[in-house]
Amino acid sequence: MTAETTRLPDHGIGAQLRSLFGDGFPWISAGILVGVILLAMVGPMVSPWQPGALDLRSAFQPPVWAGGAWSHPLGTDNLGRDIFSRIIAGTRVSVIVAFWAILLSGAIGTIIGMIAGYFGGWADTIIMRLVDMQLSIPPLALALILAAVLDPGLQAVVIVITVTYWSWYARIVRGEVLSLREREYVALARIAGCGPLTIFARHLAPNIVNTLLVLATLQVGQVIIFEASLSFLGLGIQSPDISWGVMLADARGYITNAWWAITMPGVAIMLTCLASNLFGDWLRDVLDPKRKQL
Amino acid sequence: MTQFVLRRVLQGLFSILGASLIIFVITRLSGDPVVLMLPPEAPEALVQQMRERLGLHLPVWQQYLVFLGDALTGDFGTSYRWDMPVRDLIFERLPATIYLASAALAFSLVLSIPFGVISAVRRGSWFDRFAKTVAMLGQAMPNFWVGLLLILVFSIHLEWMPAFGADTPAHVIMPAIALGWYPVAAQTRIVRSAMLDVLESDYIRMGRSVGVPEGVLVWKYAFRNAAVPLVTMMGVYFASMLGGAFVVEVVFAWPGLGRTVVEALFARDFPVVQAGVLFAAIMFVIANLLVDLSYGLIDPRIRHDR
Repeated sequence: MTAETTRLPDHGIGAQLRSLFGDGFPWISAGILVGVILLAMVGPMVSPWQPGALDLRSAFQPPVWAGGAWSHPLGTDNLGRDIFSRIIAGTRVSVIVAFWAILLSGAIGTIIGMIAGYFGGWADTIIMRLVDMQLSIPPLALALILAAVLDPGLQAVVIVITVTYWSWYARIVRGEVLSLREREYVALARIAGCGPLTIFARHLAPNIVNTLLVLATLQVGQVIIFEASLSFLGLGIQSPDISWGVMLADARGYITNAWWAITMPGVAIMLTCLASNLFGDWLRDVLDPKRKQL
Repeated sequence: MTQFVLRRVLQGLFSILGASLIIFVITRLSGDPVVLMLPPEAPEALVQQMRERLGLHLPVWQQYLVFLGDALTGDFGTSYRWDMPVRDLIFERLPATIYLASAALAFSLVLSIPFGVISAVRRGSWFDRFAKTVAMLGQAMPNFWVGLLLILVFSIHLEWMPAFGADTPAHVIMPAIALGWYPVAAQTRIVRSAMLDVLESDYIRMGRSVGVPEGVLVWKYAFRNAAVPLVTMMGVYFASMLGGAFVVEVVFAWPGLGRTVVEALFARDFPVVQAGVLFAAIMFVIANLLVDLSYGLIDPRIRHDR
């Protein structure tokens, strides 16, 4: 009888990548997201026109498939500005806002959530009461009152979104840490004399990274819509700076003349949100399957 | 049960107190709140009077008590833009917002209940995929953009629907769709997964085996049990629609609380903004409270007296 070799499952990087990019990988969503990020970085280089360049003679040109010309593929607005170039410019704002808002709210929420979950006691009580208070104000209402005291602009948008979303991260991270801290390896680390910082960094953080990644991805779409809403109301990015929300606010004024001006920036928002939501759903199924309801 | 209700009501009051504290802190962040509360051209005497009324010479915690006392007695100051007591203004605009949010909730249920139930019964069918797509689109489109598209198509091109105002019942249709589409995705998903669980359960198999018609089985026996998680989620979204219809109200010139707050913000009519946000928070808390209390009615197994 020949000895059978038991084949262990292949745990190499190659196999992991193959299973990651195998069936079900959301290629289209990932492609859109990568495209949006690339456009945000190299935007000015590929943009066919200056996004702010006026040309009143070519105002209200329809998109190319509706009788327009290839020089302005998505048409022009009331001042003859190229909508395609402006959408590219708006990409940059969306990516910057999403990046900073998610980074800040995620970092602050994670640190506060870890403290609440790990130390418990009065720190936990105070922090969770604060989270409850914050959650009792509807996000956009909170944003409005904050916007009233801040100077509008990119910075204000990032601050408003950070203040709105930190509690989201804090609550979920606290829950995770609460169950992690009872695990033996955390207790052993404590007995071995590790300080709280070491335990946070070495033993807790690696276990919540997946959850954080999923949360952050699913937040992208919400942040983009939040920014667009604030800018649309005139409380976010201010014209002549360009964001998708600003474009929609402008286009509302001549909605009867140019359907494309109100449609195109919205399509950009929709595609980006759809892509990040689908990608986030997939990521959650792969990394954090227990959180199906999120 | 009474104990549970009392505890929940107390928690709700505490949340509202917290919201008022946050609003107070933010208004004081900017330095001198009088600058926010009065128009720039206000005479010096009025500024002084306001300073004293707000008690700005007092320590901060006493200032908060003054703010809270005013709020409790319903004294939110006077609106400069509308020239009337802020309280009266808010109670005048509140019903329109509640009406809109209810219509939006109705729209979201009309879509998500059949979507969820049929998707579960015919899992993997084309309808399942179709419902999922429609639902996901709602989450990816800003509600005000949906509103603008509806105006573009149904008011401007087809001329079927009124675009602005709230004069006739038809006026509520488009804003309700714009506002109510967002929750459809989450509600459909929750109905679908709850139905999938329930349809596997013994009493449904039993019912099927003794020949209860499939329609009765699905809608009468299964859906009733699948509705509990839907009610929770629905309540949360209803609460956020009550307190978050700002942009949609602006797009459709809907005469509700949201548009009033936004207009007040641009008129620098700060007492209205402050009170409007506080009211949004209060309704948010009340809606969530009612949801918690309603579980027992839908599912008698959930008793609160543990």
